[in-house]
Amino acid sequence: MMTLALDLGWGSTLAIKTLVIMLLIPLGALIFGWVFLFKMMAHMQSRLGPMDSGGFHGWFQLIGDGIKFMQKEDIFPEKADRRVMALAPFVVLLSTFLVFLVIPAGPRIVVEPLDTGVFYALAVSSLSVIGVLMAGWASANKYALMSALRAAGQLIAYEVPLVLAVVGVVIQAGTMNLQGIVVAQQEGAIFGWDGIGHPFVLTQIVGFALFMIAAQAELTQPPFDMPVAESELVGGYMVEYSGFRFLLFFLGEFGTAFAFSALAATLFLGGWALPGVHGGTADALGPVVVLVKVMLVAFLMFWARFTYPRMREDQLQSLAWKWLIPLALVNILVTGALKVAF
Amino acid sequence: MVLSMGPQHPATHGTLRLVVRLDGERVVAADPVIGYMHRGYEKLTEFRTYPQITTLVNRIDWLSSFANEVPFVHGAERLMEIEAPPRAEYIRTTLTELARIATFLLFLGEMGLQVGAITPPFYGFRDREYVLNLIEGATGGRFHPNFNRIGGLKEDLPWGWVAECRQAMQKVLDSCDEFEDLVVGNPIFEQRTRSIGIIPGSVGASYGVSGSNLRASGVDWDLRRDGEPYLSYRDLDWKVWTHPDGDSFARYWVRLQETRESARMVLQLVDGLPSGPVMAKVPRIVKVPPGEIWVNTENPLGEMGYYLVSKGATGPFRVKIRSASFGNTSILPWLLRGCYVPDIITILASLYFILGDIDR
Amino acid sequence: MPDEQPEGADEQPGDDGPEVAAEDPRALAERETALLASLQAVLGDAIVEHGDACGDLVVRVRPDAWRRAGEVARDELECDYLSFISAIDWTPATRPAGDTSGDTSAPVQPPETTFGVAGSTGRFQVFARVASTRRHWGVTLKCDVAEGDPRAESWVPVYPGADWHERECWEMYGIVFDGHPALRHLYLPSGFEGHPLRKDFPLLAREVKPWPGLVDVEAMPDEAGGDDGGEA
Repeated sequence: MMTLALDLGWGSTLAIKTLVIMLLIPLGALIFGWVFLFKMMAHMQSRLGPMDSGGFHGWFQLIGDGIKFMQKEDIFPEKADRRVMALAPFVVLLSTFLVFLVIPAGPRIVVEPLDTGVFYALAVSSLSVIGVLMAGWASANKYALMSALRAAGQLIAYEVPLVLAVVGVVIQAGTMNLQGIVVAQQEGAIFGWDGIGHPFVLTQIVGFALFMIAAQAELTQPPFDMPVAESELVGGYMVEYSGFRFLLFFLGEFGTAFAFSALAATLFLGGWALPGVHGGTADALGPVVVLVKVMLVAFLMFWARFTYPRMREDQLQSLAWKWLIPLALVNILVTGALKVAF
Repeated sequence: MVLSMGPQHPATHGTLRLVVRLDGERVVAADPVIGYMHRGYEKLTEFRTYPQITTLVNRIDWLSSFANEVPFVHGAERLMEIEAPPRAEYIRTTLTELARIATFLLFLGEMGLQVGAITPPFYGFRDREYVLNLIEGATGGRFHPNFNRIGGLKEDLPWGWVAECRQAMQKVLDSCDEFEDLVVGNPIFEQRTRSIGIIPGSVGASYGVSGSNLRASGVDWDLRRDGEPYLSYRDLDWKVWTHPDGDSFARYWVRLQETRESARMVLQLVDGLPSGPVMAKVPRIVKVPPGEIWVNTENPLGEMGYYLVSKGATGPFRVKIRSASFGNTSILPWLLRGCYVPDIITILASLYFILGDIDR
Repeated sequence: MPDEQPEGADEQPGDDGPEVAAEDPRALAERETALLASLQAVLGDAIVEHGDACGDLVVRVRPDAWRRAGEVARDELECDYLSFISAIDWTPATRPAGDTSGDTSAPVQPPETTFGVAGSTGRFQVFARVASTRRHWGVTLKCDVAEGDPRAESWVPVYPGADWHERECWEMYGIVFDGHPALRHLYLPSGFEGHPLRKDFPLLAREVKPWPGLVDVEAMPDEAGGDDGGEA
């Protein structure tokens, strides 16, 4: 896309990039929502899920739901801070948009190959909590407020292991550029054997596990969905939202799941890289390969989501500070030592 | 901060309202507000005849309607000094236990949902369906059978019911194993429920907590075995389960074991089903001689009792309905003090009440 | 456990007041007699009367011994479990017996005031059921309440679970429980007037619209010819 865009003026380039990103989120959310929420969850729970709308296994259901949401009235509680409350879903969605900027889908298909890609992606992904706090506070609802506070506490606790889990990958790849990390996995070798390149999931299995757990907490999915906790906080910060803005939160939830899956696929599964595929073929196959890997990672995420009960806020904090962070630090030390040794 | 949970809140199983005073996420005081579903059954019973009242008491604990009818008709039968034929008693016992299984299967799933697992309730609902089909097959009603008559049952079991029942019980036993794996064996579930909401046996009893909730506190008391003999429980080989801990986990565990035990009891019951009529000779118009009687039975949720006062008319003079959930929830102010907000949900779910059973 | 030989084991406890004609003639079972004996040993003449409700012991105590009776039941009889506390209004229903117009569905109760097991001196009576989770026995306690100023001692200090039962009893019968921490409405909205379970409180739904059931069902057969049994 970079080369493609070079022929156009910067304005057109920007427009195309924006369009791609804008399309990516609803599309990703739709795919995830349908595949995982409607179909995978339904089959895990020995039911079928929506079957009628659209014909094939109810594929249209989610789009129909979206259309329904857009028609609904946009309700604000009387005591709500209207402007902040109206803005909050956009902030949540914005952080998701920004993550996709740096995720490569082929040797040349990336919107902005930032040199600080990993750092940038993790930084913007945590912006969403500002939106959650805004939503929780502005809703003038006690449940929403409690939810927002829980979300903030949870984000602080789990951002740390998330970043530390990635450090191991960065040490191994020697770069923070996501494109560089993918190339390192494509070209690399596991202790001298380069048959399949070097997907970091094999050598950074601890880092991968930590990343997935922390990502689950960032996404506020079970077992870390205390901020949403529909059985006690009735949906938490989203409780007062309706119609289109609720739809935005929904998009944000699955869009972020998509973003984190993509990040995990890039960091640990080699992104677009396939052993022995280079150049133009890699560009052509890249998006498909990424999508397959993303779905794989997301399957794990949603599997946990549909299986586990919810942890309590204090238990969740002690898990982060007492187990995940020390483990991540040990992982970094070991990785560093091995890196120096080999 | 004062948080008003309910009357419309997913954790309150209907219309319980809980006014909770919070310090951060810690509960300082909790005051349950009930009565949103008060239907005045005690008043209504004074205006109905005995056969009409079984329809009413059906709706007290609507998950195990059949079990509500049993003590009432028993009370009337004992006052009239008639006895239902043994086959009727056996079928009553079977259906009561089926109602218990249906109620508990729902609980086993629902409790998972309340602590945040999305999948168990679907398993619970799925397996309860087998049992509800059985109840529907025998009585014609899935939820409100109204199958008991004073002196016996409306009808005999349909053909093929017993074989179907055996199959369904096997499924129930399998599903109990599944719950044991999926929920009880889950470390997060244990974290959320162990030492949460501990009811010491003596405190529980003085609040009128009964049934599985009390047995989970180590009190070995089951009216099916220890109360006034009723139904056919004396003919069965079964065990009363208790757990020493008294916490939410114990309550879940005890109900899981009791579901299994009930399934085994049903298997024994259908094997030993005596032949004969299902209805005793009863006058066409039921008139109950003057007298008073206290009948209590072990319902799925706990002790269900009726204090019947008759003055010899076709309807009772006064019926005091002692429902299980009323006692079980009256301990809430004591129990919730000092726990966290998420624990409220765990405790509410583990006490397992039905609003119709609190409010009557 | 009252181990001592129960006094007067053959005593006929059926002195349920002359009004109740067809009372269960059985004598109290051995266990109930023993329970009664140990109650009598402690409460003495605070026990006004006792009776037998189909095998269950019913004991009526003096109003001033109501809480004491609860304590004795809890401590001496090991009845640690409170089943319920409620009340009863012994006045006959408002509808006169000969009235065949209007609401014909409600069962016709005898027009004269009669009292149940263990009798009563007046209109209102508070009764409670306690049981022992260890010894598996139980007893029903009753106590009379004055009609003009219905009051009873609260059991909350004895059984904390009495709280809700007494609130219910207060709103349904207007019986005040002395020593109850907060007699608030339990079921009814806080502004509710009247005491619904009193017999003179009309069931408004029936007053406004008579029971429609009789129009579409066949006429009930005559009482005399109705003993052919079979399905009810």
